[in-house]
Amino acid sequence: MKTNDVILQTTTKVIFFIIILFSIHIFFAGHYAPGGGFVGGLLTSSGIVLLLLAFDLKTVSTMLPINYTVMVAIGLLIALGTAAGSIFFNVPFFTHAFEYFTLPLLGKQSLHTAALFDAGVYLVVVGVTMTIIQSIGEDE
Amino acid sequence: MINLLLFPILLPFFFAMILLLFPKKLFLQRTISIVALALTAVFTIILMLKVKSDGIQAITLGSWPAPFGISMVSDMLSVLLVLSSTIIAIFVVWYSFSSIGKERESFFYYPGILFMLTGVNGAFTTGDIFNMFVFFEVLLMSSYLLIVLGGEKVQLRESIKYILVNVISSALFVITVAYLYSVVGTLNMADISVKIAQIDQPGIITVIAVLFLVVFGLKGAIFPLFFWLPSSYAAPPIPVLALFGALLTKVGVYAIMRTYTLFFTLDQGFTHELLMVLSILTIVAGCIGALAYFDVKKIIIYNIIIAVGVILFGASQMTETALMGSVFYLIHDILIKGALFLLIGVIIAITGTSNLRKMGGLIKTYPMLGWTYLIAAFGLAGIPPLSGFVGKLLIVQGGFEAGNLWGSIFILASSLVVLLSVMRIFIYAFWGEPVQVIKLDSIQYRNLFTPAAILVGFSVIYGVGSEWLVPYMSDAAEVLYNPSTYIKAVLGGA
Repeated sequence: MKTNDVILQTTTKVIFFIIILFSIHIFFAGHYAPGGGFVGGLLTSSGIVLLLLAFDLKTVSTMLPINYTVMVAIGLLIALGTAAGSIFFNVPFFTHAFEYFTLPLLGKQSLHTAALFDAGVYLVVVGVTMTIIQSIGEDE
Repeated sequence: MINLLLFPILLPFFFAMILLLFPKKLFLQRTISIVALALTAVFTIILMLKVKSDGIQAITLGSWPAPFGISMVSDMLSVLLVLSSTIIAIFVVWYSFSSIGKERESFFYYPGILFMLTGVNGAFTTGDIFNMFVFFEVLLMSSYLLIVLGGEKVQLRESIKYILVNVISSALFVITVAYLYSVVGTLNMADISVKIAQIDQPGIITVIAVLFLVVFGLKGAIFPLFFWLPSSYAAPPIPVLALFGALLTKVGVYAIMRTYTLFFTLDQGFTHELLMVLSILTIVAGCIGALAYFDVKKIIIYNIIIAVGVILFGASQMTETALMGSVFYLIHDILIKGALFLLIGVIIAITGTSNLRKMGGLIKTYPMLGWTYLIAAFGLAGIPPLSGFVGKLLIVQGGFEAGNLWGSIFILASSLVVLLSVMRIFIYAFWGEPVQVIKLDSIQYRNLFTPAAILVGFSVIYGVGSEWLVPYMSDAAEVLYNPSTYIKAVLGGA
């Protein structure tokens, strides 16, 4: 018997975006407040898991056609690339740099290379979590 | 290039990430992994020459001052170990081309090896005790992948054991680091050494020393913590076994040598005495195992345990001669164990069995294999002028100098047992009546035999050219014997 889960699916469509926005907020807040790449990534993947619960695996993979293994590799490359950038300036590995910029709308903000490293962490966390959940889910 | 000492860690890491992107393209996987390892070896040799000419290389990540950031330290001991691990990885990857099978190759086999090398090289290079834990986990996670990859029944069973033991020992590692941190309040290894000397090693530090011995003993398989090793190592395919046998236990041994020469030097009457007794018991247990089995894999696996005992006996003596012998023997053992595992892999591929009783007469059909194996066996037992001789000679001499007559006699007696155990393989497999063999085509045989033979060649050069290696080895032993140079290189003028 096919159950009708229209309430679940409709609420998911709304809540998914709130979760994603919150995860992006947490990710960017990481430097000054609790948060960062790891929790941000986990929150994003929990949003995707909610989609997986409301819809089935096939629908979600057509919605988000992402190869999560490649995502892990790219995240690692971003993290390593950020840390290795210091090699070209002949300062110790992992030396970060930051500068204040005046951005349109946002005003005076500090941009720090640590955020790039965190973006790598974020991608790895999402990739790993989703690889685990998808491969267990697909397993017959 | 102040970041030079990080290249042996970063290069395999970087190329492993690249390999994650296209797991099914086998030709690219093979080419890139060999190129990555060759590059790593080149940079390691450059680093070794730099350490030789300029002394210990140290860097603190992120431009932080020394005890506050993560320090990476490359002294002669660590750079020699990094070089020999990289060399082993090159030959294992080469050997894998024609032995591991396409199924495994297309499921992240080469990235697994490169990530493991990242962990091994990192654990040898790090100067921070918690960072060492992280690198241990990096290499262990990759080894979990490699031990279970393929999904045979025996692999599944043994990987559960292997993971269970390692998870417990890792948890114990964290607890031990927590104890140490609560006593000395620092994680930088040079700084820990200074702080322990300042507080004159009270009882709690001795307890922590024993806990470290338990932790690294579980990783490095000393008596009575080696119980998981023989069956776990027998499960994965030969190239993985060669990699494990040559590298993984040696990381534990290195960690014991490092902590016991750098941190816990003030209560040697207890800690080093304990280490000595355990290492002798390790040798005895390994000898019993090496003689008990008729399975070629098991015989060589128990020889790993004997070697761990011999190296740690040298480390426990704390005389300059014995420490230099330990370093000599450690490098020798990495090379020769890699070579021996690859050689018995060839034997198993030819005969289709690892049971000695079902083999025989291979010398008639494969004479080159036979004589190469014999040279490797003599090298393992320490017959001059082959590679095992100098290390063991120095260890025994150092034992006599420190007044441990019986320990040294045990080492000498164990050499006979080692020789007997590997000669049994030679006698059973190569002499006697020929048995039915699996016909390998000559290209495949050549691809299997060449890397093994070249590794044996390396170990012969290592033995014959030991006079030429002495300056490097004495540099390595000097840092162990006199850790103040290490501390000075990390913390500056202190």
